[in-house]
Amino acid sequence: MTRSEVSRELTGNPAGRGQAVGVVARLAAAPVLPAEVPAPGPADAEVAVAALGSVVADLRARAEGLSGVARDILDTQVAMAEDPALMAGVRDAVARGRPAAWALHDAFEVHVAALAALGGYLGERAGDLVDLRDRAIAAVLGVPSPGVPVRAEPFVLVSTDLAPADTVTLDPSKVVAIVTAKGGPTSHTAILARALGIPAVVGCAEAESLVDGDLVVVDGTRGVVVVSPDDSLVDQVSRAAVAVPALHHGPGSTSDGHPVRLLLNVGGPLDDVVDAEGVGLFRTEFLFLDRTEAPSREEQRRVYGEVFASFGGRPVVVRTLDAGADKPLPFANSDDEPNPALGVRGYRVARRRPELLADQLAAIADAAASHGTDVRVMAPMIATAAEAREFADLARSFGFSQVGVMIEIPAAALRADEVLAEVDFVSIGTNDLAQYTFAADRVLGDLGALLDPWQPALLDLIALVAEAGRRAGKPVGVCGEAAGDPALAPVLVGLGVTSLSMSAPALPHVRAALREHTLAECTALARRAH
Amino acid sequence: MPSRRVTIASPSGLHARPAKLLTEAARKHSLVIRIGRGEDHLVDASSILAVMSLGVQSGEEVLLTAEGDQADQALAELADLLSDHDT
Repeated sequence: MTRSEVSRELTGNPAGRGQAVGVVARLAAAPVLPAEVPAPGPADAEVAVAALGSVVADLRARAEGLSGVARDILDTQVAMAEDPALMAGVRDAVARGRPAAWALHDAFEVHVAALAALGGYLGERAGDLVDLRDRAIAAVLGVPSPGVPVRAEPFVLVSTDLAPADTVTLDPSKVVAIVTAKGGPTSHTAILARALGIPAVVGCAEAESLVDGDLVVVDGTRGVVVVSPDDSLVDQVSRAAVAVPALHHGPGSTSDGHPVRLLLNVGGPLDDVVDAEGVGLFRTEFLFLDRTEAPSREEQRRVYGEVFASFGGRPVVVRTLDAGADKPLPFANSDDEPNPALGVRGYRVARRRPELLADQLAAIADAAASHGTDVRVMAPMIATAAEAREFADLARSFGFSQVGVMIEIPAAALRADEVLAEVDFVSIGTNDLAQYTFAADRVLGDLGALLDPWQPALLDLIALVAEAGRRAGKPVGVCGEAAGDPALAPVLVGLGVTSLSMSAPALPHVRAALREHTLAECTALARRAH
Repeated sequence: MPSRRVTIASPSGLHARPAKLLTEAARKHSLVIRIGRGEDHLVDASSILAVMSLGVQSGEEVLLTAEGDQADQALAELADLLSDHDT
């Protein structure tokens, strides 16, 4: 562990809340083959094949605890690593005089090039092969496997950036905090960190100077990383890291009893019983990520059923597929959009691939019926009342009685009265609403200040929607990251928001914050904020 | 040699998952099964990498060949798999 004399502070964008102290472990880079090619040993073919075997064993072990899509992805990786043509290629290369690591490189290269030449979706699989190749070469060279490091002790994960695939399989009991050099406060990494309840600082350019073994304190609330902290700070953070006991339980309300529904944002089955009134945002993208084709209706029905069962009968709002922008899917999005955030994403995909939405609605309806769950559906990226009506008509034709839309586009917020006339509820996605209101890409770390949910212009739009909801007598929720900010929650309630949907770790804090204010105090806070 | 022509029904062609299902099915038979666009472009149907590298799209017709005992039965099974929309 490195302890320099002077502690220093690095700043970035606040992402996952809270503080943590730990030792840095960097995301391992791909292994580099030495410039000098050594002479092969007599057992090099076996060494190379054994390295592939160890990669397969590792993939199988990781697949063990997974199901559905994630499992499918890893099973396909295993099939590629065990391919007979690949094994034959490795043995041939050794026979030609290439040592184990180089033989692996050569054998993979043929297939990487063949897939890359195809372009499109199959071209992307070349990246999966490169990952397998690098893992096998790392095993031969005896260097760390690329990707998230494996450590016996908990650590702070530091990297330039994190791919969704890296974050999806993170183990929160091992990764105590995340620091990345790139990424804005609403980037995919930041959202996942919050969902996992891991303190994180993203867009911290100076994180590139951190090395394995550095001791750091990560403050995800302030967006600060303290390198070589002094002992008193380490003690303070270690003590505070012990979970804050929730002082309040049950339904959300202000101190004078004004009800505010507190709901969960989830991306899959719920492992723990969380004290929440329901699910305000079930993101379905996780079922579609890293696939070249949409899951079948039957597979979707099964997975949604597992998720609904884990909610124990509480109401669920399912957001239909929100593909595009920072979550492109090969079967839903085209590769050639210069501005994907302004492109065919969210509900707009249904124009191009209507069967995707129809299959999904049918699968959700089937799963809801077989589990007796109160399921409502809402569409992302609705711009006009006409789109809202189109979606509502379609969803009702599948038997849904409660249909809503997301308000993420300023046009929809400005015309909230007309949108609300078509649907039963709306939910405001503050991350995208901020992106489109401020013309600031939500994944750029440099623009964090514009994407701050306290920006008065954003609060103005939220107020417009909430007032339209009050006039129509229909619920207006917030399911963006702003809903999980304990300081902002009373302001949102003061603006007229009726429900807040957030990640599980934020919920007790938001519940406690609301119980500290009367509705009149919330209204006064809202008036001062915008 | 027994062979079958079959049209690929999977909406995304012979990509990772359908290719994996095909190679798994092909390996269950102790036969040499090959697949390709034509007789002079056949690859080993038990190699996921070779199958994916064909880059076969949805709606394309492919040729399946098999050598050995019960080749016809194996071909029928694989043809069913490839013409199933949900593969």
